[in-house]
Amino acid sequence: MSFAVDSHIIGHFGPYGGRFVPEALIGALDELALAHEVALKDPIFQAELAELHRTYTGRPSIITEVKRFAEHAGGARILLKREDLNHTGSHKINNVLGQALLTKRMGKKRIIAETGAGQHGVAAATAAALMGLECVVYMGEEDTKRQSLNVARMKLLGAEVIPVTQGSKTLKDAINEAMRDWVTNVDTTHYMLGTVAGPHPFPTMVRDFHRVIGVEAREQCLELMGRLPDAILACIGGGSNAIGIFHPFLDDVNVRLIGLEAGGSGIESGLHAATISGGSPGVLHGTRSYVLQDANGQTVESHSISAGLDYPGVGPEHAYLNDIGRAEYRAITDAQAMEAFALLCKTEGIIPAIESAHALAGAMQIGKELGSEAVLLVNLSGRGDKDVQTAADYFGIPL
Amino acid sequence: MSTPLDTLFVRTRSENRAALIGYLPAGFPTQQGCIDALTAMVEGGVDAIEIGYPYSDPVMDGPVIQAAADTSLRNGTGAAEVMATLAAIAKIAPTVVMTYWNPIEKYGVDKFLADIKGNGGSGVITPDLTIEESDPWIAASTSHDTNRIYVVAPSTLEERLRKVTAATSGFVYAASLMGVTGTRTTVSSSARGLVSRLREVTDLPIAVGLGVSTPEQASEVAQYADGVIVGSAFIRLLQEAHNPQDGIAKVRALAQDLAKGLQRS
Ligand SMILES: Cc1ncc(COP(=O)(O)O)c(C=O)c1O
Repeated sequence: MSFAVDSHIIGHFGPYGGRFVPEALIGALDELALAHEVALKDPIFQAELAELHRTYTGRPSIITEVKRFAEHAGGARILLKREDLNHTGSHKINNVLGQALLTKRMGKKRIIAETGAGQHGVAAATAAALMGLECVVYMGEEDTKRQSLNVARMKLLGAEVIPVTQGSKTLKDAINEAMRDWVTNVDTTHYMLGTVAGPHPFPTMVRDFHRVIGVEAREQCLELMGRLPDAILACIGGGSNAIGIFHPFLDDVNVRLIGLEAGGSGIESGLHAATISGGSPGVLHGTRSYVLQDANGQTVESHSISAGLDYPGVGPEHAYLNDIGRAEYRAITDAQAMEAFALLCKTEGIIPAIESAHALAGAMQIGKELGSEAVLLVNLSGRGDKDVQTAADYFGIPL
Repeated sequence: MSTPLDTLFVRTRSENRAALIGYLPAGFPTQQGCIDALTAMVEGGVDAIEIGYPYSDPVMDGPVIQAAADTSLRNGTGAAEVMATLAAIAKIAPTVVMTYWNPIEKYGVDKFLADIKGNGGSGVITPDLTIEESDPWIAASTSHDTNRIYVVAPSTLEERLRKVTAATSGFVYAASLMGVTGTRTTVSSSARGLVSRLREVTDLPIAVGLGVSTPEQASEVAQYADGVIVGSAFIRLLQEAHNPQDGIAKVRALAQDLAKGLQRS
């Protein structure tokens, strides 16, 4: 049996996924789905992307074994897939380079993107600069204040940053505003969505651009150990870094796939972003998946110390993998994530993104559960330079 | 069986005029204020009412309706308030509810339509429900005998117009332009083109919405469409009003002005 769902034909993952969008977007989504399908099979496109990854992104990303950190995780072997070493500092570059190439193929000259912490916005602005595309980034007004350094980065890269003042003024509203721009300018504009959410083909397409993480990691594990890891761990915002590393292992049924959601102050507190662990099935931003919502189906605001995980939705493929039991999802609180963050800094000399620290905290739990024979592969989705301010505040380091 | 909305279009077609459809989100500016304003619209000459179910993430809506929906949500509007508004207004005019999909799914598709029908509603407009995701919706609305109103856009291709209109009843909602709701200084020329493309694939009544706000625009649209939908313009009057009575009076006056231009020459 294969767990890999071919969502290309209908864009569904079991009952999840699909398209819940204004009719005005259907043409653009069809065009994009077709462009992606063609590109997937086109050796010229694939070669172009691979060459960019080699000479620009810095792929393949390396594997680092973290022995001193592992002492705090039940003695299990822990391998990090170092997406933090990619150009721009996270996995996000995999997706934006792919989508930027598609944008050019579709003959569009303008891209729009949403961003929360600014990581995807910076990546999108980077790809746009590289390929000579006009770039507009929507960012919640609250987030532009919290992440002013990333706003400056995007501007340096030539992007226009539009603060979004509607609704909760955060990522979810930035997505709404990007969709409104897209409905209006769809002829000339590509919406470079930053994760595996949204209407078909985004969950499939963004996943396919991130699969390179898992494809490389699988080979690297076999080369290094002659076997696959016992468990793979990744943090879950929308779920793109996680699905990228999970997907090539879906049929390796002995490999546990574990997604770590942002538990904020704890699920019981109601202040979290753990969409699968603490939400329910619903429709948000064009796709059916798990959603944080109230009794009337209104989206509830999420909370996390990690801006990149602070989203009340999650990619539909994760919802499906959860329901069929192929992947597991756990919530990691802010405090647990920050403990793992500090530990990796001090034991290994690596400052992780706070997002990725959720996966590291998961490894500390799972390592203790599985014991010293186990091998855990952790997706270190990003580096923590962007989080120095937050971490300094958290640990009381005066700036 | 035909709904009050179906009956309305039979009548307006025989009168050789367009129907005027007015929109407000339930709970805006207040629960009772909305009912009062919708009542004033009907008294002023609006033929049918569209009640919005305010939603936290309205991607089809521009700033005016977003702000109104925000106000309404802060007033605590939920399904019960939408249904209460429907019950009050359906007594005086054919009424439909317009809502994004998630509130329906959360409420339960079957129960939602039972309550729409039970409160006298003719049907539901679903701006983000695609035809591909519609199977349960089509089954339930068929069994409850409610109108299924889909929105089509200038970019919708002919084959898809056929598919969508085949599943539609009541009227087809033709979005006048590529964009979101809001007032515009002119009605986009793409509206006329879309309506004529629709005429080739369906005999259903066609109503044009998005950006229609003045009597001149309404009368222009009335020349080629079966219905004219006005929303943001009414909302703006209520937002700008000095007091509730002033708002209601202005809404009634706009309805009267809009209603004057519906006759086809
Ligand atoms: C470093 C890093 N990891 C993870 C995420 C979460 O996104 P996703 O779940 O799509 O990988 C982000 C988002 O900004 C990020 O910057």
